Amino acid sequence: MAQAESVKGSPTGQAPKPKTALELISWLGRLLLAIAIPFIAFAVLYAGFIWLRDSNAPRWLIAAVAILWGVGGVAMLYWIFNSIVERLPNQWTARLQPFVFVGPAMAILLWYLALPAVRTFYLSLFGRDGPPRGAGLIESLRSSAFVGLDNYAAIFSERLLTEALRNNLMWIIIGSTMSVVIGLIVAVLADRSKFERVAKSLIFLPMAISFVGASVIWNFVYEVRPEGSAQIGILNALTVALGGQPHPWDKWVQIAPWNNVFLILIVIWLQAGYAMVLYSAALKGIPEEIMEAARVDGATEVQAFFRIMIPSIAGTIITVWTTVVIFTLKIFDVVWVMTGGQFGTHVIATQFYRQSFTFRNSGYGSAIAIILLLTVIPVMIYNLKQFREQEAF
Amino acid sequence: MVIIWSVPTLGLFISSFRTRFDIQTTGWWNIFPHREWATTDTYNVQELGLDPSGVMEVEGVTGTFEELREGVMSPEGGKRVTWVGNRRLGRIEVQERIWTTTWNFSLDNYKQVLLGSQIPVTRPDGTVEMTPGQNMPQAFLNSLAVAVPSTIIPILIAAFAAYAFAWMNFPGRRIMFILVVGLIVVPLQIALVPILRDYNSLRLNGTFLAIWLAHTGFGLALATYLLFNYIRTLPRETLESAFIDGASHFTIFLKLVLPLSVPALASFFIFQFLWVWNDYLVALTFLGVDPSYKVLTQRLADLTGTFGNDWHLLTAGAFVTMILPLIVFFSLQRYFVRGMLAGSVKG
Repeated sequence: MAQAESVKGSPTGQAPKPKTALELISWLGRLLLAIAIPFIAFAVLYAGFIWLRDSNAPRWLIAAVAILWGVGGVAMLYWIFNSIVERLPNQWTARLQPFVFVGPAMAILLWYLALPAVRTFYLSLFGRDGPPRGAGLIESLRSSAFVGLDNYAAIFSERLLTEALRNNLMWIIIGSTMSVVIGLIVAVLADRSKFERVAKSLIFLPMAISFVGASVIWNFVYEVRPEGSAQIGILNALTVALGGQPHPWDKWVQIAPWNNVFLILIVIWLQAGYAMVLYSAALKGIPEEIMEAARVDGATEVQAFFRIMIPSIAGTIITVWTTVVIFTLKIFDVVWVMTGGQFGTHVIATQFYRQSFTFRNSGYGSAIAIILLLTVIPVMIYNLKQFREQEAF
Repeated sequence: MVIIWSVPTLGLFISSFRTRFDIQTTGWWNIFPHREWATTDTYNVQELGLDPSGVMEVEGVTGTFEELREGVMSPEGGKRVTWVGNRRLGRIEVQERIWTTTWNFSLDNYKQVLLGSQIPVTRPDGTVEMTPGQNMPQAFLNSLAVAVPSTIIPILIAAFAAYAFAWMNFPGRRIMFILVVGLIVVPLQIALVPILRDYNSLRLNGTFLAIWLAHTGFGLALATYLLFNYIRTLPRETLESAFIDGASHFTIFLKLVLPLSVPALASFFIFQFLWVWNDYLVALTFLGVDPSYKVLTQRLADLTGTFGNDWHLLTAGAFVTMILPLIVFFSLQRYFVRGMLAGSVKG
C-alpha cells in the first residue's frame, strides 16, 4: 500500500527516479517485491487448490477454506494486477487499466460461452467420437469421422429425438401460455385482495424451490397406490373420492403425449409467481385516473381488463412470455428426476444429456445443443436491437 | 388459487414430520379431523358359535361369510360389522364411524437424513431397527462451498467489468459490450461438452474451482449487463469530484461505486445464489460421481432414484435442501423482486 501512495504522491505520476544509492536500493527492492508478489500469490492460490482437491479434513473446514480461497483469491488477483498497472507510467496505466477491469470478464465469457458455441458446432459435424485425435483441421474434415450435417438429419428423423422435439413444443406452448395466463389472473385478483402480501408470497414461494425439490413435491402429489388401498397422493385420493380410478399421471404411458402435461404443471407452478410479480408491478404502473375514467364511462370490469389493462402491460406480457419460453426450452431437471425421460417424456435438454454423457455420442449431443442455441437466436437479436435503441453508449 | 398453490408444499412439509408407517398407509391430510371407522367391539367367532357356511346373525345384522367379510352395515346405520381373518379363526369386529385425527409427529425422518451414522428406528410394532443415515449435512456444506463463491465471484468480476464499461474509455468497448448482451441468453448446454474436455485436460474435473468457474461463466453476462445498467446511473458529479481529488479508478470502484451499488448487487446476489443452489445440471456434469463432493440437489435426486418410495426420507430430505433458499428468499424478497423487474433473463 505504501508504494501505491508514493506513486500517487509524485505530482507527475512518473515512476520515481532513483537519485542516491539508498533510493536505488529501495527502488530495486520495490521492483523485486512487485515481481515477487504475483508469484507468491499464485503459489498460495495453487497450494490452496491442491489442498482443496486432495485434503481429507473435516467437511466444514474444507467448505470454509474453499469459500475464503475462492472469493479471496479472485479479489487478490484483481488487487495485484491493478497495483502492477498503477505502478506503470501514467500513460500506460490509462491504457491498460480498463483491460484489467474488463479483461477477466471477457476472458471467462469467451472461454465459457462464445468459443464453446463454435467448438460445439464443430463437434456436431463429426461422428460420435468427434474429430480424430491429433489431426489438423483439414485432415479432420477429410477423415471418415466427418459426417457433415448427418447429425442434424438424425435429430429430425430418429423417433426418440423427434419425440423430444414434439414434447418441447408442448412444453413451450402449454407451459408458457399457462404461466402467462395464470400469472395474470393471480396478479389482477391479488391486487384487489385483502391478503395481497400473503397471497403473493405464497404463490411466489415455489420460485425459491429447486426443480429437484419441486419434483419430489409433485412426485408425492402424483403418488399412486393399487386400486382399493388407501391413496397417499392427494391427486389420486381426490380422483378416487370423486369416483375415478387411480392413475400414475406423469408416468401414465397410455395417454402419451398428454402425460407430459403433468410435468408441465410443475413448471407452471414454479413460474406463475415470477409472471405474477412482473404483472403486478406493471399493473401498479397504470394510472388510476385511466381506470376511473373508464368506469365513469360505464365500462364493465371485463371491458376495462381487456381494453385498458392488457394493452398497457403488453410489453411486460411479451417479456414474461419470452422468459418462460427460454426457460421451458431448456427444461431438464424436472423431467430427469421425475421420469428420466421414460414414458415418452424426453425433451431436448434430457436427450442432450443422454446423448452427450450417457451414450458419449458427442456428435448427436453437440447437434442438439446447437439446435437449442438456434432457437434462442431470435431473442438474442431482439435483446441486441433493444440495446441499440437505448443507445447507452 | 393460493390454496392450490400451497397444498403440494404443505403436504410435503407435514409428511416430513409423520412416521414412516403413517406416510405409507394414510394420506397426510389425515392429520386434519376426519371420520374414520374405528373398532368398538371384538368378538371371538367360536364363542358366538357362528357357522361360516351359512347365513349368520351377529349384533343385529345378517349375512353370509363373504358378505360379512366385506362388512355389513347395521339396519339403523352408523355401525358396521366385519369378519376379520379366515373362516375358522376369524373374529367379528363392530366398527363405528368416529371423528379422529392421525396426530403423531416425530423428528425421526430428519434424524435419518441428517445424521451420518446408524440410527435406531422404531417400527410400528415396537421393534427397533438400525438404518444408515443419509448424512445430508455433508452435501449441505458442499452446496455452501459451491454456492457462495459461485455467487460472489461473478458479482465481483461483473462489477469490475460493468464499471469499466460505464466509466472508462478503451478501444473495443462497444463490441465487447455487444458480445456481453448477445451472450446473455445463450443456453449453457452449448458449453458443457467443450468445457468438460478442457477440464479433463487441465485435471480440474470434480474440483470446486471447476464448478465455480462454470457458474461464473454462465452467470457473468447477465450480471455484467444488470450491474452496468445500474452503475451507469450513478451521479456523474460524485465520481468526477473523486477523480479531481486524485483517487484512482480502483479506489473509486472500491470505496464509492461498490457501496453505492448495493441494491443492484443484492438483487443479483439473491438471483445467482438461488440459481446456483438449486442447480442440478451443472453440478451433475462437473462435480461428477464422487459421493463426498455431491451437492444437495444431487443427493436429493439420488434419493428419488434409490429410495423412490421411502417418502419419509424424501420429504425430510427435500426440506433440508429448501431451508436455506427459503430463508434467503423471505429475508431478501424485496431485492429479488427488484432484480426480476430489472429484466433477469438468463441463458
